[in-house]
Amino acid sequence: MSGEDSAWFDEDAGPLARPYTFTRGRTHVARDDLNMITLVVALRGNHGGELDHAHERILECCQDPISIAEVAAGADLPLGVVKVLLSDLIEQNYVIFRTGLAKHSSAASPDTLQKVLDGIREL
Amino acid sequence: MEFASSDRMIRPAINATALKILIAGGFGVGKTTLVGSVSEIEPLRTEEQLTERGAGVDDITGVERKRTTTVALDFGRITINQELILYLFGTPGQDRFWFMWDELAQGALGAIVLADTRRLASCFAAIDFFEERHVPFVVGVNCFDGTQMYTVDEVRAALDVDPFVPVLLCDVRQRESTKKVLTTLLEHIMSLTGHAQRAAAVDN
Repeated sequence: MSGEDSAWFDEDAGPLARPYTFTRGRTHVARDDLNMITLVVALRGNHGGELDHAHERILECCQDPISIAEVAAGADLPLGVVKVLLSDLIEQNYVIFRTGLAKHSSAASPDTLQKVLDGIREL
Repeated sequence: MEFASSDRMIRPAINATALKILIAGGFGVGKTTLVGSVSEIEPLRTEEQLTERGAGVDDITGVERKRTTTVALDFGRITINQELILYLFGTPGQDRFWFMWDELAQGALGAIVLADTRRLASCFAAIDFFEERHVPFVVGVNCFDGTQMYTVDEVRAALDVDPFVPVLLCDVRQRESTKKVLTTLLEHIMSLTGHAQRAAAVDN
Protein backbone atom coordinates (compact mmCIF):
# COMPACT_ATOMS: atom_id res chain seq x y z
CA MET A 1 0.00 0.00 0.00
CA SER A 2 1.42 3.36 -0.93
CA GLY A 3 1.53 6.24 1.52
CA GLU A 4 -1.20 8.06 -0.44
CA ASP A 5 -3.59 5.16 -0.07
CA SER A 6 -3.15 4.80 3.65
CA ALA A 7 -5.58 7.54 4.68
CA TRP A 8 -8.74 5.49 4.18
CA PHE A 9 -8.38 3.40 7.31
CA ASP A 10 -8.42 4.42 10.92
CA GLU A 11 -8.49 2.42 14.11
CA ASP A 12 -12.04 1.23 13.31
CA ALA A 13 -10.70 -0.60 10.29
CA GLY A 14 -9.49 -3.35 12.61
CA PRO A 15 -6.46 -5.53 12.28
CA LEU A 16 -4.47 -5.35 9.09
CA ALA A 17 -2.55 -8.54 9.71
CA ARG A 18 -4.83 -11.40 8.84
CA PRO A 19 -3.63 -13.93 11.47
CA TYR A 20 -4.75 -11.54 14.15
CA THR A 21 -8.37 -12.17 13.18
CA PHE A 22 -7.93 -15.27 15.40
CA THR A 23 -7.33 -12.96 18.31
CA ARG A 24 -10.13 -10.56 17.34
CA GLY A 25 -7.53 -7.98 16.53
CA ARG A 26 -5.69 -8.14 19.82
CA THR A 27 -1.97 -7.85 19.34
CA HIS A 28 -1.25 -7.11 22.96
CA VAL A 29 -0.59 -9.74 25.57
CA ALA A 30 -1.55 -8.49 29.01
CA ARG A 31 1.03 -10.70 30.69
CA ASP A 32 4.70 -10.18 29.95
CA ASP A 33 5.82 -13.52 31.33
CA LEU A 34 5.35 -15.49 28.10
CA ASN A 35 8.28 -15.81 25.76
CA MET A 36 9.41 -18.15 23.00
CA ILE A 37 10.77 -20.79 25.37
CA THR A 38 8.09 -20.59 28.02
CA LEU A 39 6.85 -24.16 28.52
CA VAL A 40 3.11 -24.70 28.45
CA VAL A 41 0.92 -27.75 28.98
CA ALA A 42 -2.84 -28.37 28.86
CA LEU A 43 -4.28 -29.38 32.18
CA ARG A 44 -4.90 -33.11 32.17
CA GLY A 45 -7.86 -34.27 30.13
CA ASN A 46 -8.82 -30.78 29.11
CA HIS A 47 -9.58 -30.73 25.41
CA GLY A 48 -11.68 -27.59 25.47
CA GLY A 49 -14.74 -28.76 23.50
CA GLU A 50 -16.43 -25.48 24.30
CA LEU A 51 -13.64 -23.34 22.87
CA ASP A 52 -13.52 -21.76 19.44
CA HIS A 53 -11.48 -23.40 16.72
CA ALA A 54 -8.33 -21.29 17.13
CA HIS A 55 -8.08 -21.85 20.88
CA GLU A 56 -8.85 -25.54 20.46
CA ARG A 57 -6.09 -25.81 17.89
CA ILE A 58 -3.60 -24.32 20.35
CA LEU A 59 -4.80 -26.56 23.17
CA GLU A 60 -4.32 -29.66 21.00
CA CYS A 61 -0.70 -28.66 20.41
CA CYS A 62 0.14 -28.54 24.11
CA GLN A 63 -1.13 -31.85 25.44
CA ASP A 64 2.49 -32.52 26.46
CA PRO A 65 4.79 -29.85 27.89
CA ILE A 66 6.09 -27.82 24.96
CA SER A 67 7.62 -24.41 24.29
CA ILE A 68 5.53 -21.60 22.87
CA ALA A 69 7.82 -21.49 19.82
CA GLU A 70 6.96 -25.15 19.14
CA VAL A 71 3.24 -24.48 19.61
CA ALA A 72 3.49 -21.68 17.04
CA ALA A 73 5.32 -23.94 14.59
CA GLY A 74 2.84 -26.79 15.19
CA ALA A 75 -0.22 -24.59 14.80
CA ASP A 76 1.35 -22.72 11.89
CA LEU A 77 0.53 -19.37 13.44
CA PRO A 78 2.79 -16.41 14.21
CA LEU A 79 4.28 -16.30 17.69
CA GLY A 80 2.45 -13.12 18.58
CA VAL A 81 -0.93 -14.67 17.78
CA VAL A 82 -0.09 -17.80 19.75
CA LYS A 83 0.90 -15.75 22.79
CA VAL A 84 -2.45 -13.96 22.77
CA LEU A 85 -4.40 -17.21 22.43
CA LEU A 86 -2.29 -18.94 25.10
CA SER A 87 -2.76 -16.13 27.57
CA ASP A 88 -6.54 -16.56 27.11
CA LEU A 89 -6.17 -20.28 27.81
CA ILE A 90 -3.99 -19.61 30.85
CA GLU A 91 -6.50 -17.13 32.27
CA GLN A 92 -9.29 -19.66 31.81
CA ASN A 93 -7.23 -22.42 33.46
CA TYR A 94 -7.00 -24.63 30.40
CA VAL A 95 -3.23 -24.32 30.31
CA ILE A 96 -0.48 -23.85 32.86
CA PHE A 97 2.98 -22.57 32.11
CA ARG A 98 6.48 -22.37 33.40
CA THR A 99 8.76 -19.52 32.39
CA GLY A 100 12.35 -19.99 31.40
CA LEU A 101 15.03 -17.88 32.98
CA ALA A 102 13.88 -14.62 34.45
CA LYS A 103 13.43 -11.89 31.86
CA HIS A 104 16.47 -9.88 32.82
CA SER A 105 18.68 -12.67 34.03
CA SER A 106 20.57 -14.98 31.76
CA ALA A 107 22.52 -16.50 34.60
CA ALA A 108 22.01 -20.24 34.85
CA SER A 109 23.56 -21.93 37.87
CA PRO A 110 26.99 -23.57 37.46
CA ASP A 111 25.29 -26.91 38.14
CA THR A 112 22.80 -26.34 35.30
CA LEU A 113 25.57 -25.26 32.92
CA GLN A 114 27.55 -28.39 33.76
CA LYS A 115 24.50 -30.58 33.04
CA VAL A 116 24.00 -28.87 29.67
CA LEU A 117 27.69 -29.32 28.85
CA ASP A 118 27.58 -33.01 29.78
CA GLY A 119 24.35 -33.46 27.82
CA ILE A 120 25.85 -31.99 24.66
CA ARG A 121 28.96 -34.16 24.99
CA GLU A 122 26.75 -37.24 25.19
CA LEU A 123 24.83 -36.48 22.00
CA MET B 1 18.79 -35.77 7.20
CA GLU B 2 19.49 -37.57 10.42
CA PHE B 3 18.74 -35.87 13.71
CA ALA B 4 20.67 -36.27 16.87
CA SER B 5 18.52 -38.32 19.19
CA SER B 6 15.03 -38.94 17.89
CA ASP B 7 15.29 -42.45 19.33
CA ARG B 8 15.37 -41.21 22.88
CA MET B 9 12.49 -38.80 23.08
CA ILE B 10 12.01 -37.75 26.65
CA ARG B 11 8.77 -36.20 27.78
CA PRO B 12 9.78 -33.04 29.61
CA ALA B 13 8.36 -32.28 33.03
CA ILE B 14 6.21 -29.16 33.26
CA ASN B 15 8.60 -27.74 35.82
CA ALA B 16 11.48 -28.28 33.41
CA THR B 17 13.86 -25.41 32.77
CA ALA B 18 14.06 -24.24 29.16
CA LEU B 19 17.26 -22.58 28.02
CA LYS B 20 18.22 -21.05 24.72
CA ILE B 21 21.32 -20.42 22.72
CA LEU B 22 21.28 -18.08 19.73
CA ILE B 23 22.95 -18.79 16.42
CA ALA B 24 23.75 -15.60 14.57
CA GLY B 25 25.65 -14.62 11.47
CA GLY B 26 25.10 -13.40 7.96
CA PHE B 27 22.51 -14.69 5.53
CA GLY B 28 23.33 -18.15 4.19
CA VAL B 29 26.24 -18.78 6.55
CA GLY B 30 24.81 -22.08 7.80
CA LYS B 31 22.76 -21.21 10.89
CA THR B 32 19.92 -23.61 10.17
CA THR B 33 22.40 -26.30 9.13
CA LEU B 34 24.09 -25.94 12.51
CA VAL B 35 20.76 -26.25 14.33
CA GLY B 36 19.81 -29.32 12.29
CA SER B 37 23.10 -31.10 12.93
CA VAL B 38 22.44 -31.46 16.68
CA SER B 39 18.68 -31.02 17.07
CA GLU B 40 16.58 -34.02 18.09
CA ILE B 41 13.77 -32.66 15.92
CA GLU B 42 13.86 -31.47 12.35
CA PRO B 43 14.41 -27.71 12.65
CA LEU B 44 11.08 -25.98 13.00
CA ARG B 45 10.19 -22.66 11.55
CA THR B 46 8.02 -20.14 13.23
CA GLU B 47 7.05 -16.74 12.03
CA GLU B 48 6.63 -13.61 14.00
CA GLN B 49 4.96 -10.50 12.73
CA LEU B 50 7.04 -7.65 13.93
CA THR B 51 6.50 -4.00 13.99
CA GLU B 52 9.44 -1.72 13.66
CA ARG B 53 10.51 -0.31 16.93
CA GLY B 54 9.70 3.25 17.86
CA ALA B 55 6.02 3.73 17.22
CA GLY B 56 4.42 1.93 20.16
CA VAL B 57 4.55 -1.70 19.24
CA ASP B 58 1.11 -2.71 20.44
CA ASP B 59 -0.74 0.44 19.64
CA ILE B 60 -3.03 -0.16 16.69
CA THR B 61 -3.80 3.55 16.41
CA GLY B 62 -0.24 4.21 15.35
CA VAL B 63 -0.62 1.94 12.38
CA GLU B 64 -0.04 4.57 9.71
CA ARG B 65 3.43 5.22 11.06
CA LYS B 66 4.47 1.61 11.35
CA ARG B 67 5.66 -1.05 9.02
CA THR B 68 5.12 -4.70 9.76
CA THR B 69 7.52 -7.39 8.68
CA THR B 70 7.22 -11.13 8.92
CA VAL B 71 10.38 -12.69 10.25
CA ALA B 72 11.16 -16.39 10.17
CA LEU B 73 13.00 -18.09 13.01
CA ASP B 74 14.44 -21.56 12.66
CA PHE B 75 14.94 -23.54 15.82
CA GLY B 76 15.79 -26.95 17.15
CA ARG B 77 15.71 -28.72 20.50
CA ILE B 78 18.02 -30.80 22.64
CA THR B 79 16.35 -32.46 25.61
CA ILE B 80 19.17 -32.80 28.13
CA ASN B 81 16.93 -34.59 30.62
CA GLN B 82 13.37 -34.32 31.91
CA GLU B 83 14.23 -31.15 33.76
CA LEU B 84 16.42 -29.40 31.22
CA ILE B 85 15.65 -28.51 27.61
CA LEU B 86 17.96 -26.53 25.38
CA TYR B 87 16.62 -24.66 22.36
CA LEU B 88 18.83 -23.42 19.56
CA PHE B 89 17.46 -20.44 17.67
CA GLY B 90 18.81 -19.42 14.30
CA THR B 91 18.37 -15.68 14.08
CA PRO B 92 17.30 -13.73 11.04
CA GLY B 93 20.21 -12.98 8.75
CA GLN B 94 19.32 -9.57 7.47
CA ASP B 95 20.36 -6.44 9.31
CA ARG B 96 16.94 -4.91 8.90
CA PHE B 97 15.60 -7.39 11.42
CA TRP B 98 17.81 -6.22 14.25
CA PHE B 99 14.98 -4.48 16.01
CA MET B 100 13.58 -7.81 17.10
CA TRP B 101 16.74 -9.17 18.64
CA ASP B 102 16.06 -7.77 22.08
CA GLU B 103 13.37 -10.36 22.61
CA LEU B 104 15.55 -13.09 21.21
CA ALA B 105 18.47 -12.11 23.43
CA GLN B 106 16.46 -11.93 26.64
CA GLY B 107 17.34 -14.87 28.82
CA ALA B 108 19.77 -16.38 26.31
CA LEU B 109 22.59 -18.42 27.85
CA GLY B 110 24.91 -17.32 25.10
CA ALA B 111 25.40 -17.16 21.37
CA ILE B 112 27.34 -18.65 18.50
CA VAL B 113 28.35 -16.17 15.82
CA LEU B 114 28.91 -18.07 12.59
CA ALA B 115 31.39 -16.42 10.28
CA ASP B 116 32.11 -17.01 6.61
CA THR B 117 35.60 -15.81 5.68
CA ARG B 118 34.39 -14.83 2.21
CA ARG B 119 32.01 -12.35 3.84
CA LEU B 120 33.46 -11.62 7.26
CA ALA B 121 31.79 -8.22 7.49
CA SER B 122 28.38 -9.88 7.56
CA CYS B 123 28.89 -10.95 11.19
CA PHE B 124 30.18 -7.61 12.56
CA ALA B 125 26.66 -6.52 13.50
CA ALA B 126 26.07 -9.72 15.50
CA ILE B 127 29.36 -9.35 17.38
CA ASP B 128 28.59 -5.71 18.24
CA PHE B 129 25.14 -6.70 19.41
CA PHE B 130 26.30 -9.43 21.78
CA GLU B 131 29.20 -7.37 23.11
CA GLU B 132 26.87 -4.47 23.91
CA ARG B 133 24.40 -6.69 25.72
CA HIS B 134 27.08 -8.73 27.50
CA VAL B 135 25.76 -11.96 26.00
CA PRO B 136 28.64 -14.49 26.08
CA PHE B 137 29.51 -15.70 22.60
CA VAL B 138 32.00 -17.71 20.59
CA VAL B 139 32.86 -17.27 16.92
CA GLY B 140 32.64 -20.35 14.71
CA VAL B 141 34.37 -19.94 11.37
CA ASN B 142 32.34 -22.18 9.10
CA CYS B 143 34.53 -23.85 6.49
CA PHE B 144 32.56 -24.50 3.34
CA ASP B 145 34.09 -27.06 1.04
CA GLY B 146 37.65 -26.29 1.96
CA THR B 147 37.34 -22.59 1.36
CA GLN B 148 39.17 -21.83 4.58
CA MET B 149 41.78 -19.30 3.50
CA TYR B 150 42.65 -17.80 6.85
CA THR B 151 43.93 -19.00 10.18
CA VAL B 152 41.99 -18.55 13.40
CA ASP B 153 44.41 -15.79 14.41
CA GLU B 154 43.85 -13.93 11.15
CA VAL B 155 40.09 -14.16 11.57
CA ARG B 156 40.35 -13.04 15.20
CA ALA B 157 42.40 -10.03 14.17
CA ALA B 158 39.99 -9.15 11.36
CA LEU B 159 36.97 -9.39 13.66
CA ASP B 160 38.72 -7.53 16.47
CA VAL B 161 37.03 -9.56 19.20
CA ASP B 162 38.27 -9.51 22.79
CA PRO B 163 41.15 -11.93 23.41
CA PHE B 164 39.07 -14.04 25.81
CA VAL B 165 36.39 -14.75 23.18
CA PRO B 166 36.94 -18.22 21.68
CA VAL B 167 37.30 -18.35 17.90
CA LEU B 168 37.33 -21.78 16.28
CA LEU B 169 37.08 -23.39 12.87
CA CYS B 170 34.09 -25.64 12.26
CA ASP B 171 32.04 -27.45 9.68
CA VAL B 172 28.48 -27.21 10.94
CA ARG B 173 27.27 -29.95 8.61
CA GLN B 174 29.11 -32.34 10.93
CA ARG B 175 27.43 -33.09 14.24
CA GLU B 176 30.73 -33.56 16.07
CA SER B 177 31.97 -30.22 14.83
CA THR B 178 28.79 -28.45 15.95
CA LYS B 179 29.05 -30.21 19.32
CA LYS B 180 32.57 -28.84 19.67
CA VAL B 181 31.32 -25.30 19.03
CA LEU B 182 28.54 -25.76 21.59
CA THR B 183 30.80 -27.24 24.27
CA THR B 184 33.31 -24.42 23.67
CA LEU B 185 30.50 -21.93 24.25
CA LEU B 186 29.36 -23.69 27.44
CA GLU B 187 32.91 -23.78 28.80
CA HIS B 188 33.30 -20.11 27.93
CA ILE B 189 30.05 -19.21 29.76
CA MET B 190 31.16 -21.26 32.77
CA SER B 191 34.54 -19.56 32.91
CA LEU B 192 32.88 -16.12 32.72
CA THR B 193 30.41 -17.11 35.46
CA GLY B 194 33.32 -18.33 37.58
CA HIS B 195 35.19 -15.05 37.10
CA ALA B 196 32.09 -13.05 38.03
CA GLN B 197 31.57 -15.12 41.17
CA ARG B 198 35.19 -14.79 42.22
CA ALA B 199 35.02 -11.02 41.60
CA ALA B 200 31.85 -10.79 43.70
CA ALA B 201 33.53 -12.81 46.48
CA VAL B 202 36.47 -10.39 46.49
CA ASP B 203 34.09 -7.39 46.63
CA ASN B 204 32.36 -8.88 49.64
